[in-house]
Amino acid sequence: MNMSKIVRITADVILPFILVFGFYIIIHGHLTPGGGFQGGAVIATGIVLMFVAGRFDDIKKKFSLSALKNTESLGLLLFILTGLLAFTIGATFFYNWLANGGFIFGDAVAYGSNAGFFNTAGTIPLMNIAVGIEVIGAMGIIILYMLSGISEEEA
Amino acid sequence: MNLRKYVSAIIVVVLAVFFLLTTTGLEFGNPKNTQMDSYMTDNGQQMAAVNNIVSGVVFDFRGFDTLGEATVLFTAVLAVSLMFRKRKEEEDYEYE
Repeated sequence: MNMSKIVRITADVILPFILVFGFYIIIHGHLTPGGGFQGGAVIATGIVLMFVAGRFDDIKKKFSLSALKNTESLGLLLFILTGLLAFTIGATFFYNWLANGGFIFGDAVAYGSNAGFFNTAGTIPLMNIAVGIEVIGAMGIIILYMLSGISEEEA
Repeated sequence: MNLRKYVSAIIVVVLAVFFLLTTTGLEFGNPKNTQMDSYMTDNGQQMAAVNNIVSGVVFDFRGFDTLGEATVLFTAVLAVSLMFRKRKEEEDYEYE
């Protein structure tokens, strides 16, 4: 599976922009349209581009399957843990225990239309990040499995 | 053989006309029941402590739904890895 030089160079040039854009969508999920699922899908698209454009054997050395599996499990566990931590203050599951606390992401949201400040919204950015990590791992695993099937045929 | 072509063409035309008529008949932008939307747009910002009300609904009001979504993704990856796994030499594949 050898792509032409044009495809490889274009993928190398575009890749950092895709990764930055996906990370931006994940981390601003509580302010702008998008969120964990969408940003994770964008980053996974960048990973897929890297898989498809590069040589499969080189990619396989850098991305191990177990690392991607651990990434996915870590994302889901972080998500559930964020919901479970609400029990420590005596609230219900998925209660927004960080909001308006003055701590990280703890500033109060101004009522009415405002520009939106990054340090607000409590647990919602944390959940966005967790879901983003999970989606990156999941998409990466699916694509890596399917590409491994192709390379066996051609090798 | 020709008859089948004519019949399928007629079915396509009938379906296209049906869908076009129904879509042109729909009203867009004036829902009749607006209590729920108005309540969310008015109070969602304060209740979920987030500016992006869609994020508030997804991660706060319907957190369980998002948990299910994440679990569905996890299960999908499990199924894909089950399908594409490397099979052992001595493994038997006689399905009856």
